[in-house]
Amino acid sequence: MYSVLYLIVCFFTIAGHYVMLNAHFLAIVHIIVYAGAIMVLFLYVIMMLNLNRETEPHKPALLKLASVISGGALFLILLASTKSGISISGAADAEMGTVQSVGKVLFTDYVFPFEITSVLFIAAMVGAVVLAKKEMN
Amino acid sequence: MDLFASSNVPFDWYIYLSLALFAIGVCGVLMRRNAIVMFMSIELMLNSVNLLLVAYSAYTGKISGMVYVFFVMVVAAAEVAVGLALLVSIYRNIQSVDIDKLKSLKW
Repeated sequence: MYSVLYLIVCFFTIAGHYVMLNAHFLAIVHIIVYAGAIMVLFLYVIMMLNLNRETEPHKPALLKLASVISGGALFLILLASTKSGISISGAADAEMGTVQSVGKVLFTDYVFPFEITSVLFIAAMVGAVVLAKKEMN
Repeated sequence: MDLFASSNVPFDWYIYLSLALFAIGVCGVLMRRNAIVMFMSIELMLNSVNLLLVAYSAYTGKISGMVYVFFVMVVAAAEVAVGLALLVSIYRNIQSVDIDKLKSLKW
């Protein structure tokens, strides 16, 4: 499963884009969360499930062609919908994506959603443990 | 820090990049039968939307977009944890991650 490793490379390039967009805090969080947590989880699950090339299920070629065509059509439609011109206004300042500015907004305007996410994490953690646990009886 | 300043990258390019990433993710979900690969494609789609949100917030100067991206990352992490636990328990039952074999709800 080299696709996981290539996906990690892709996530690192997205983190590079965040740095280019002056979102330094998000770049660091992205690397920590995705490369550090999520992809490690994927690798562990693949290692645990003992998948290999022989047992890899494949769809027939016609379905693959149809999926590529529909995905490409979706891309073209989205492209055409943005082609008519998106005007953005406003100016970014250089201090925008730092930990200080993001944290100030996060802990003043968005403090209630931030607390709710901790509840969500607890629920996800308990749910994951319950689901992955072996049956006792 | 100004070395990577984005002001000379046109904003349209970020739209095109994230649209392309999203379309690739959709193709991956439609094309594969392995549930793990479908999960990874969903991650790719979430990331393309994140990239577009960060680009908008960086070009308009509004910082709320970055906070939204933070919440999207949190939800993605929770979703992956629960989804992979589901996959492990599915694999324990049917010894496969082929989604076409999951038909017990379809009688």
